[in-house]
Amino acid sequence: MSTVQDYPSRLSTPESRKMGTFSYLPPMDDGEIRKQVEWIVKHGWNPAIEHTEPEFAGATYWYMWKLPMFGESDVDAILAELKACHDANPGHHVRLIGYDNFTQSQGANMVVYRGAAV
Amino acid sequence: MNAQPRKTYDAGVKDYRATYWEPNYTVKDTDVLAVFKVIPQAGVSREEAAAAVAAESSTGTWTTVWTDLLTDLDHYKGRAYRVEDVPGHDEAFYAFIAYPADLFEEGSVVNVFTSLVGNVFGFKAVRSLRLEDVRFPIWFVKTCFGPPHGIQVERDKMDKYGRPLLGCTIKPKLGLSAKNYGRAVYECLRGGLDFTKDDENVNSQPFMRWRDRFLFCQEAITKSEAETGERKGHYMNVTAPTVEDMFKRAEFAKELGTPIIMSDYITLGWAAHNSLSKWCRENGMLLHVHRAMHAVIDRNPNHGINFRVLAKLLRLLGGDHLHSGTVVGKLEGDRAATLGWIDLLRDRFVAEDRERGIFFDQDWGSMPGVFPVASGGIHVWHMPALVSIFGNDSVLQFGGGTLGHPWGNAAGAAANRVALEACVQARNEGRQLEKEGKDILTKAAQHSPELKVAMETWKEIKFEFDTVDKLDVQHR
Repeated sequence: MSTVQDYPSRLSTPESRKMGTFSYLPPMDDGEIRKQVEWIVKHGWNPAIEHTEPEFAGATYWYMWKLPMFGESDVDAILAELKACHDANPGHHVRLIGYDNFTQSQGANMVVYRGAAV
Repeated sequence: MNAQPRKTYDAGVKDYRATYWEPNYTVKDTDVLAVFKVIPQAGVSREEAAAAVAAESSTGTWTTVWTDLLTDLDHYKGRAYRVEDVPGHDEAFYAFIAYPADLFEEGSVVNVFTSLVGNVFGFKAVRSLRLEDVRFPIWFVKTCFGPPHGIQVERDKMDKYGRPLLGCTIKPKLGLSAKNYGRAVYECLRGGLDFTKDDENVNSQPFMRWRDRFLFCQEAITKSEAETGERKGHYMNVTAPTVEDMFKRAEFAKELGTPIIMSDYITLGWAAHNSLSKWCRENGMLLHVHRAMHAVIDRNPNHGINFRVLAKLLRLLGGDHLHSGTVVGKLEGDRAATLGWIDLLRDRFVAEDRERGIFFDQDWGSMPGVFPVASGGIHVWHMPALVSIFGNDSVLQFGGGTLGHPWGNAAGAAANRVALEACVQARNEGRQLEKEGKDILTKAAQHSPELKVAMETWKEIKFEFDTVDKLDVQHR
C-alpha cells in the first residue's frame, strides 16, 4: 500500500474553494463543455447564465446574464452567450444552469468559467 | 320516500363471505385499496379467507352482533373484491380489498394502519398474511402532512444540482467521544461530501451525550463550509426515549443553525415522527429518516408488510430523505422492487406496474418527493451502477467506503466525490455507466490520487448473497 498522503485543503488557500457539480474534476475542455450543453438541450431544459465576483460566490443569487434562454436549442448559440458573458465580466465565475420547469428545479448547474479564487 | 330494505337480527356465526366478498363491486376513487398476500389455513377457501381479512381489518368481528343493525354496514364495511394467483406460489393468493373513505380519520397514517394491519395479522383463518401494496386516495394524500420540504426545496437550500447528493455514516457507530466523532465528520465534509450522518442507534449514550455531539459536529460543518465554499450538513439524530426529549434536541439543533436532523421513524413511532416532521417544516429544518427495524416487518416474503408500503406511508408522514436499499452492496434489495419504491418516494404519479411490484396507480397530488438514500456496504466501484440506478434525485452514502480509505476520511470523501462527478459527466455525455464504469473511473483516477488508492483498496470486495425477499414473478 502506498504511503499516506496529506489532503491539501486549507482555509488559507483559496484554491480549496469548490463550486458545486464538476468542481472536483479538472476543468472541461471545449468539447466536453459542448456535451454538457447538449445534455441540457436534450432534456428541453431552459439554459440560463449567471456570474459573480469570486468573493461573493457563496450568495444564492449571482448576477443573471440577460434572461434565461427559453426554448433555445442551438448549442452554439448557448456557448456563444457563455463566452459573451465571460468577455463582459472578466475575472468572474460564470455558470450555466438548465432550468427544469417540470420539477421547478435546476436539472444542471455547472461553473464553466472560473475566476481567480479568493 | 324510498323504504329501506328490512333487516332482522339473526344471532350466530356466519360465513364471512356472505357479507364481505363482493366480486362485482366497482372500486370507488375515494376507497383505500389494499392487496394482501394470503396463505389460508387448510380447508378455508380463497373467497372466505379474503372476506375474513376484509372483515377483520374493517368492521367485522367473529359473530353477528345486534348493534350491526344500528348502522349502515354496507356503507362502512371493507370488501374483498378480487383474488388472484401469486406467480410461482401454489399456496398463496392475492386478496384485493376496498375500504370506504369513512372508515378512516383524515390525515392519520396511524389510524389507517391500525385497521389494515391490526388484529387481522394474528387472525386464525390465515396462516400468514402480507400487506403488499396500498392505494391511498387523493383525499387521504391531501389530508396528510407529507415531507417537510421535499427534493426541490432541499436542493435550493443546500445549493446542489445536477447530481446525486453524497453522504457518509460515521463509524464506529458506537463508542467515540463527541470530539473525536466531530473530527471524523469534519474530515469527511472537507473532503467533498455534502452530508455526514449519525448512525440510527446514536442517540445520547454515556460515551457521547447528544448535546456535546451536536456542538462538535456543528463546528465541523462551519469550518468545512468556510474551507470548501460549499453547503454542508450532518444529520443530527434526535431520536430519543420521549417525545419531549426529541423536541428538546431538535430545538437545540435549530439554535445551532444546523440544516438537517434525523429520526428513526419506525422505532420512534409514527405519531411522534409525524409531529417531528411538522416541527421540521415550521422550523425550516430538513429531515433525514432512517428505517431501523424495517426488516423485521418487511423481509419475510409471506408475512408482514412490504417495504413499498412502509415507504409510501413515510412519504405521507413526512421526511425529506428515506433509506431505500442499495440494490448493490451488503443489504437486501431486489432491483426491480427497489426501483418501484424509489419512484413511489419521488414521483407525482406512479402507474400500476406488476413487474416492479406496484399493484395500484398512485396519485401523490401536490405532495413533495422524498430523496431515496442508498446506504450500506457500497464503495467507489459501485458508483457507476448507483448513479445509473438511482439517477440524480438520491443520496448516496458511503460509510466504510469513505472512512476506510487508507489515507483517511478526507481522501475517502474526495475519492467518492471525484468518482460521482466523473460518472455524472459521463452519463450526461451519453455513455453507458454500467458497461463503461471501469474506464470512466480509471480515467478520473488519473487526476485524483485519492480515487486511485480507493480503487486499489476495494477492488475485490463483492456481495453476492441471494436476495431473500424477491418479487413474485416466477410465471409457470
